[in-house]
Amino acid sequence: MAKELIRLENCTMAFDGEVVLDNINLYINDHEFLTLLGPSGCGKTTTLRIIGGFQTPTSGTVFFDGVRINDVPPHKRAVNTVFQKYALFPHLNVFENIAFGLRIPKADPENKKKVKLPEQEIRSRVMEMLEIVNLKGFEKRRINQLSGGQQQRVAIARALVNQPKVLLLDEPLGALDLKLRKDMQNELKRIQQTMGITFIYVTHDQEEALSMSDTVVVMDKGRIQQIGTPEDIYNEPKNAFVADFIGESNILDGIMRADGVVEIFNRRFQCLDGGFEKDEAVDVVIRPEDVDIVPEDQGQLKGTVTNLTFKGVHYDTIVDFYGFKWLIQTTDYCPVGSRIGIKIDPDGIHVMKKSQYSGMFGDYSSYSEEYDEISDATLVPEEAEEEAHYEE
Amino acid sequence: MRKTRRAGSRAFMGLVFLFLYAPILLLIIFSFNAGGSNVVWEGFSLRWYQELFQDQRMMNAVYTTLLVSVLATAISTVVGTLTSVGLYGMKKRWREPILSVNNIPVMNADIVTGVSLCIFFVAVIAGWNDLVVDGWNGFVTFLEENFRRTLPRMPELKMGFLTLLLAHLSFDIPYVILNVLPKLRQMDNSLVDAAQDLGCTWPQAFRKVIVPEIKPGIVTGALIAFTMSIDDFVISYFTAGSTSTLSIEIYSMVRRRVSPELNAVSTLLFVVVLALLIIINVREARQEKRASLPLDGR
Repeated sequence: MAKELIRLENCTMAFDGEVVLDNINLYINDHEFLTLLGPSGCGKTTTLRIIGGFQTPTSGTVFFDGVRINDVPPHKRAVNTVFQKYALFPHLNVFENIAFGLRIPKADPENKKKVKLPEQEIRSRVMEMLEIVNLKGFEKRRINQLSGGQQQRVAIARALVNQPKVLLLDEPLGALDLKLRKDMQNELKRIQQTMGITFIYVTHDQEEALSMSDTVVVMDKGRIQQIGTPEDIYNEPKNAFVADFIGESNILDGIMRADGVVEIFNRRFQCLDGGFEKDEAVDVVIRPEDVDIVPEDQGQLKGTVTNLTFKGVHYDTIVDFYGFKWLIQTTDYCPVGSRIGIKIDPDGIHVMKKSQYSGMFGDYSSYSEEYDEISDATLVPEEAEEEAHYEE
Repeated sequence: MRKTRRAGSRAFMGLVFLFLYAPILLLIIFSFNAGGSNVVWEGFSLRWYQELFQDQRMMNAVYTTLLVSVLATAISTVVGTLTSVGLYGMKKRWREPILSVNNIPVMNADIVTGVSLCIFFVAVIAGWNDLVVDGWNGFVTFLEENFRRTLPRMPELKMGFLTLLLAHLSFDIPYVILNVLPKLRQMDNSLVDAAQDLGCTWPQAFRKVIVPEIKPGIVTGALIAFTMSIDDFVISYFTAGSTSTLSIEIYSMVRRRVSPELNAVSTLLFVVVLALLIIINVREARQEKRASLPLDGR
């Protein structure tokens, strides 16, 4: 079944004394689609570059298939990378770009002699890859004659043609527009399933991470915040950072009165969480879609609608409860200024331990038109570039 | 009013061009003069070119000039390219001061470079001849006199082709670096990562990816270095010793007598350098055109 392929043990990375990765422990299984997710500068690209062999951790060990590979240079690792800006070779055409890795003489494991692949085999493997990435007939094209999405496919084909055990992808869809990005997400998932190899995928786009991955690793400030399936990460975030970074969350101060009973705004709510000290201060996450709007007199909490934005499928409704503003996503239309009540089912409440992130996120008081921009991950690529620069 | 001003500026420009190019034009015209004068036109002939090609001294000088230029260009292109790659990989703190030093031979007055190289070569050669050669040869003489054994003697060094070549390298290499380094900076750094990721060792990545990427810079650098070498006079004059380059030969010819043969050789030199400059400019214009093409085909 699931066999461990890569393991990072106590990996720390510092540049000129500045810690970029702080004691990372991570293992990656064979055939897994694992995503490193986090904001710019969280250390996700550095982690990928350590696995690719472009950087050696300041301390800690990297294992591949049980063998320590800290000092193995990139060209001897059974991994290939799809780079952020593709890094295609401009002086070669599509065919030669994809054939690049195949044309490097490889040492035969038996007699240590360097052998070249026969031209026939190179040709058939490149053609096969072109078919997999839907670029048949493009082999003679120059790189600068391709669109962003086509360049992306060439970059993927160029990496996959070497039959790596692991494919590393560094924000591969960051430069594409929304529609193309959705198509490529499906395409990547399909390729991963067809080829049956491990993908390690770096992104700052939480939606991308949730929809593609088997496992999501949420990172911030050089530390792993949480590892889990997309469902775990979304439904059971470990701290306020994860809750806020993945999707929308109302994060409130609460007190755990007993197992299954949490107190918010001096009112007791039923929840499914337990295992806390009695009267322990906690962070409570309530997802905007888990709140039911009811007439004011039937509500567990009562508040006033202060803002309303139509989003297509639902309304983003900002409701003021006792000075704390919640985001509620509902299909009900509640005009600004109306009084409403809300009900929350026990499974809509998630209780987390207090962390360094407590009190930093989850309040929608500053909600304004800008909020749309801030939460829109498509605007971040520029920052991501800065990060790549900084991490070099 | 406006018309006269325009006419005035045109006349001024005409004067500038006349001042700049009339001497060269005159030189070229009189190189085809049948007579021996630089003033009176006596009809068209290739007599001076013919004489030029029969002048053994002149032909030797041409040979030396071509040899030193080709060698200096070849060596400085290789050394300059590798140096650029090294500089590119360096931390800025170190790279910037080294680049400033690299610019000195470009900015420095030729006469200062020439004299200082001359003094340096004289000192090194004198040191070598006095200490190493004399000492060794004394030892060999001692062996011969006392033990009837012999060993090969060390030759004495003097200023000549080797010092000339070294001097040319000293001003050619900076030009290569100045042309290659910007190309490296333009290059997407992840290309090297990608090459290594696909199985290249560093030297393979250098050959298969870096060199094709920076090739325009290397070629331009080599062409400029060749141009600099072929028409250098001042530095060569101080470092050539017993050998003679074309420019030195022309200079000494002027001192002997002003012969129309001089016009012929100068015309040829002018044509060669002009051709090189045109090649360099055309290449640059083409590259700019190519660079301005949209990278993304969408």
